[in-house]
Formats: sequence, C-alpha cells, structure tokens
Amino acid sequence: MERNPLRRQLQMMRKSFFDQGYLDDQFVQLEELQDEANPNFVEEVVTLYYRDSSRLILSIEQALERKPFDFNKLDAYMHQFKGSSSSIGAKKVKAESTLFREYCKSGNKEGCMRCFQQLKKEYATLRKKLEAYFQLARQAGPMETACRPK
Amino acid sequence: MNFSCGRGAMSITSSSAAWKPADAVADQFPAGLRVLVVDDDPTCLMILEKMLRTCLYEVTKCNRAETALSILRENKNGFDVVISDVHMPDMDGFKLLEHIGLEMDLPVIMMSADDGKHVVMKGVTHGACDYLIKPVRIEALKNIWQHVVRKRKNEWKEFEQSGSVEEGDRQLKQSEDADYSSSANEGNWRGSKKRKDDEEETDERDDTSTLKKPRVVWSVELHQQFVAAVNQLGIDKAVPKKILEMMNVPGLTRENVASHLQKYRLYLRRLSGVSQHQSNLNPPFISPQGATFGPLSSLNGLDLQALAATGQLPTQSLARLQAAGLGRPTAKSSIPMTLVDQRNTFSFENPKLRFGGQQQQHMNNKQQINLLHGIPTNMEPKQLDNLQHSGQSIGNMNMQVASHGAQNNQNNSLLMQMGQPQSRGQVLGDTTVSQSPGHPSSMGQPILSNGMAANFASRNGIPENIGGPSYNTVSQASSTLNLPLNFPMNHASELPGNSFPLESTPGISSFSSKGVFQDVSSEIKGSVGFMLGYDIFNDLNQHKTQSWELQNVGMTFDAPQHSSSLQDDLHIMQSVSVQQGSTVQMNGHNRSAAIASKAMFSAGDIKEHGNAQNVNQHLNNLVDNARRVKSERIYDTSPANLFPDHFGQEDLMSALLKQQDGIGPTENEFDFDG
Repeated sequence: MERNPLRRQLQMMRKSFFDQGYLDDQFVQLEELQDEANPNFVEEVVTLYYRDSSRLILSIEQALERKPFDFNKLDAYMHQFKGSSSSIGAKKVKAESTLFREYCKSGNKEGCMRCFQQLKKEYATLRKKLEAYFQLARQAGPMETACRPK
Repeated sequence: MNFSCGRGAMSITSSSAAWKPADAVADQFPAGLRVLVVDDDPTCLMILEKMLRTCLYEVTKCNRAETALSILRENKNGFDVVISDVHMPDMDGFKLLEHIGLEMDLPVIMMSADDGKHVVMKGVTHGACDYLIKPVRIEALKNIWQHVVRKRKNEWKEFEQSGSVEEGDRQLKQSEDADYSSSANEGNWRGSKKRKDDEEETDERDDTSTLKKPRVVWSVELHQQFVAAVNQLGIDKAVPKKILEMMNVPGLTRENVASHLQKYRLYLRRLSGVSQHQSNLNPPFISPQGATFGPLSSLNGLDLQALAATGQLPTQSLARLQAAGLGRPTAKSSIPMTLVDQRNTFSFENPKLRFGGQQQQHMNNKQQINLLHGIPTNMEPKQLDNLQHSGQSIGNMNMQVASHGAQNNQNNSLLMQMGQPQSRGQVLGDTTVSQSPGHPSSMGQPILSNGMAANFASRNGIPENIGGPSYNTVSQASSTLNLPLNFPMNHASELPGNSFPLESTPGISSFSSKGVFQDVSSEIKGSVGFMLGYDIFNDLNQHKTQSWELQNVGMTFDAPQHSSSLQDDLHIMQSVSVQQGSTVQMNGHNRSAAIASKAMFSAGDIKEHGNAQNVNQHLNNLVDNARRVKSERIYDTSPANLFPDHFGQEDLMSALLKQQDGIGPTENEFDFDG
C-alpha cells in the first residue's frame, strides 16, 4: 500500500524522537490517549502546548531583560513552563527548564540567559520536528498517528 | 456514577453487608466518578481531562481556583473528588484545598511538577489526600477513587463510632484497620463507594461486628431535619435528646443524633474556625491552664504522655490516634472534647463534658473513656511506649482525656509535654489528636495533646518530616480543623474524656499518626492535629515563638510514618483534618474553645518552622491554653519524660498563660457559625 512507506517513514521519524532524546515516555502516554473519539489528540495537545507556552517564553524573555533581575519570578515562570513541557514529553526542553531553574536558584544570571537561549533552540527544534511528524501522519492516514511504540 | 450499586457483580458475599471489594471494584465503580480538575495550564488540563475520561470518570475542568470553588459551591454534592494544581495564578492550590476541605469536605488531590519534599509535605499537612507529580500518568489517575472511598468510609466510621461506644479496643482496632471497615458493613453509605473498602473492611467489620450498629444513613433530608432542629434549639442548647425529639424520626436513636451532632459541630467549628481565624482563636486551651486543665490534662496528658513516652508512637498508636482523630470511636470522642471543654472540662474533676457537651457525648465519652481507661495507664507512665500501641493509645489518650475525671492530670501533662519538643514533633501531632475526642468542650484543651500525641506517636516511628512540614500545611489546613470540635463546649457534660465529640477527630487522628508533629521543626502548624486546639492555638498564636497555626492542625498528618494502618488513618485524617484544620486556624484565635477539638490542630498551627521544640512548645502552649490547665501541671509531668527542656517552658507557659486569658471566654468561641 502506498501508506506503508509513509507509515514506515512515520515510524522511523517517531523512533528518532525517542532515540535522540527529544521526547520521552510521556509522549507515549498521549499517544495512548488518542482514540476514535479523539483521533488527533496528540496533535491537538502539542498545538495547544506551543500556543500556550509561547506566552510563557515571551514573559520569560521580558523578565530577563528587566532590571533588577527577578529570579523568583523567572523561576516561577519556568516552573510553569516545565510543567507544560513535561506533560507532552518534551524531554530536552524539560531538561533545559530544569537547568534554568537551577541557575535561578543559585542566582546565576549569566547561566540563566545562556540556558534560556539553549532552551529556545530546543523548543523551536522540537516544534519543527513535531510539525513535520504530524503532517506526515496526516498524509499517512489516521492509523499512523496511532502507532504505538514497539 | 454508579457506584452504588449494586453491583450485581459485587459479590455481595456472604458477609452481611460486606461486599467483597474486589468485586465491587470490578463492578462499575469507579466509573462515573465525578472529578473536578483545576489547573491553570491548558495543556495539562486537556491531557488530564482526556486521561480521566479514559478512566471512565466524569470530568469537569476549570482553569481557575475561584471558578472551581464556585462550581463546587453550586453543586455541593456534584463531585466526588477534586484534583488541583499547586501553583495557580489566582489562588494558591493549598488554599483551595483548605477551602474545599472546609466547605465541602471532598477529597482533594494535589498535583505539581514540583516534587520537592516540602511541597509534598505541605500537601499532606493541608490535608490533601494525595499528591501527584507532573507529568501525571494515567495509571496514577486510575486509582484516585480510593480516596473517595476511603473518605466515605471514615466518615461513616465516625458516625458509627460516635454512636457506638463499644469497646475502645474495638474501635482502636477498627480504626487501625480501616477506615473502611465501618462503612463496609454498614450498609448504606452515602455512596456505594464505600463498598470498595469492603475487602478489608468486611473482615474487620466482622470482627467488630459487635461494634457495628445499624447504620443510620444521614440523607440530605434527614440532615436537613437535623439542622433545622439544631437551629431551632440553638446550637448551644442542642442536645441529642431534644434534637431527636424534634426530628421525630422513627428508628433514629439518640446516639445516632449524638454522633451526628458531634460531627456537625466539628463542621461548624471548622467553618467558624476559618472565619474566626483571625479572631481570637485563643483556643480554649488556654483555659486549661487553670483548673480545667487538670482533668483535661490528664486526658491530654495521656496523649501527650503517651506520645511523649513513646516518643515514637508506634504506628499503632498513631493509628489509634488517627482513629481517634478520625473520629473513630476511640479517638474521636476523646479528642475533640477535651479541647472544647477547656473551661470546664479541664478539670477532670468534673467530667462534665465540656467538650461538647452533649450529654450524648458525655455518654459517648464515657464509653469511650472506658476504652481509654485501659490505655491511659500506658500513658501515664509517660512512656510513650504505650503510645506505641499506636493509635490506640492515642485514641485512648483521647479517651482518657475525655474522661476527665478519670485521668490524671498527668495526662494533660503528657499531652502538653508531648507537645513539647519531644521528639520533635512527632508526638505532638498525635497527641492532639487524641485529645480532642474527649472533650469537645475543652476546646483549647487537650487538643493539643491530641495533636501532640499524635505527634508523638508519629514521632516514634514516624518520619519526622511528616510532622514537620505537614504541620505547616496543616496549619493552613487546620483551620478547617476548627471543626466544631467546640461544640462540646456547650455542654459541659462530663465528657469523661471519651466524649470528645471530636467530630473533628478525624483530623485529630490524623495527627497522631502523622508524624507530622514530628517535624515540629518544620511547622507544626496546626497540622499537629491540634484540631482541638485550633482555636486555642490560634489564640495562642500569640506565641511568638512559633506561630502555631493550628489551623492545620491535624490536617497534615502525614502519617507516612507509621505503619500502614496509620497511614491510612492519617490519610483520612488528613483529609479530614484538612477540613478541620482549615477551620481551626488555630492561630491562637480564640477559637480555642472550639479548639478543643481543634486543639489538636493547634498543634498544627504551631507553625514551627524549624523546630520541633517550638512546636512542642506551642503545643504545650496551646494545650495549656486550651486547657487552662495548670500549666505547671502540664509541664511538670512531662518534662521529665516527655519533653526535655527543649522548649522554653517558661515561654510556653507564659505564652499559654497569655493565651489563657484569651481563651478564657472560650465558651463564646464556640459560636458555631454553623
């Protein structure tokens, strides 16, 4: 079937996400929630995540530019961001968030800023990857998206 | 939801009403469980909703705490469990937790990406029945129904317990075993959820069959009738007998009414505790300092002592305490009462149940006292070893305390002592717990002990932290504890210690088990289960040393320490206490009276940050205050054994004394807002 190659491609793509550490098991949880009633559940959640978290990213950016530096506030934002990111299984993003919070706790402004840049990169990279993945999934047909990890 | 039901599949086994839980579970419950999810993060909210739906629960989501509260208020019985995030923009999750506990008494599960021990502890102390770390997995949600069942069971148990004084042992036993047990057998619980417990419960219940009495289901109508009768009579004058007459419900016994009244009072206290939080909560504990303390002290002392003695309240004790706190028959009675009655009850001499007066309670107490009698002995020796009996002792203690006349002041001292830095906090929680049951009236009283006892108990074996941080939360939560423990106040009936109509005991018991107190260091906030003393403690709050916010008293029982049984109890207590705790707000408000029951919580209030000692001190203070017991007494007895001089006794004493004044008019405190 013509889907096969797509499906295969999709599966490989998906596997790479896990292998490369972009996603963790929480993503699988999301996939498992997807069903007939919500055939695009994962995509919807990820979309919602990016929409909502972009707001947070902006707030953090603004806070980073403010003087004096408010570590507490930054930490609070990042806590939220981390919660969201972890709930979709964004592994690398989550790791950066954790690191960022560490810097906040130790009052390391430089560390925070550097870390944040890295975080934004990971965040954007993941977004692109997932967008491509969902697109492919749509092409491959609903079945694909519901693939379960082997 | 169809829990109830019938599950045909339920194997309603042979045991009389006991269904085999497994079957029941397999049945439809928990499908249909009505869950309210609160989280400001839309992503998480969406995921949770989907997960919960997958578990076949009925989900309502909202992204603001305020919205959640109004939804809950509008649909009082529309939900079974609430899941809430900790960090929310409009209201702190713990605050929401308190509110819910107070107003709706629903099990609340906290959630957060933050898995730091302190935060989790806070959850415990505030009475959360569980804490989930984000990201939440569906497996974690599958079992949340257990909290609902557990809570129901406990509630029923309370009812039952209060009604049936059967042997204290039984109660203790029951309490330990199961919150569920009682409900299981009983039959109609509010929700079939109870059936779940069935497994163990049934077993347990069979054992305690003697204890079981035909359960009365307090339906909405029945409760309304009850409330109407109470209001007509006047909350202060509402005695079971009269209420029963007014209600005129065939088949309803005075005992049923009495136990329900106890609960109701706790509830009122809790409510008023919250409102009064600021006001003088001076828990009646202060009063105990004076004479009243005597009797109470004994009771409390017992607890304390027990706690102190054991220092490590064996889980058992904690369990007992919990049971007591939870309102298990054993514990319940004693704890709430003691505190309540500070004024009068304190004096053991006259067992009047200050606590809560009701004669019923008195009766209950008496009966319970008996239970305690056996136990107190243990305590006296200031060996908390007895406490080890675990929850039992706590329960006993309470009872004992309740039995004012019965015990010796030592008990009080114990309690007080317990409050002391004993092992830091452990016992504290416990002690208070135990206390309350007996003397509702002594609000300020022994609650502390209970809590303390609880602490002690918990201390013994319990991981201190439990006590600690929990306390803090407890304090917050403890406000709820202010449950109408006070009620006893009205009736100076002699609650022989047993009669702690601590409705709030639930919370109290939790104290005990919770090592919460243990952590005294952290914050004894009310969590100590000072439910009893919430008020008292509140008043006591004056202590500068540590702001014991009893509020949380009892709430945070984190019983992790002990034995599983305790844990369960604690758990329940937690939930219970949460409610109670919040009201309790023992911040030294005058609620002390109400504190009686709260007293237990007061311990919780004691927000000690950091040192158990403080907590203890507070506890002591609270207890003292509540009790008006001779403070000396309290301290004296214990010091040797129970509390090393960690606490500046003097400070405590003075604090207490100060409180006392505040607490003095505890009677008024109990104005149940009900």
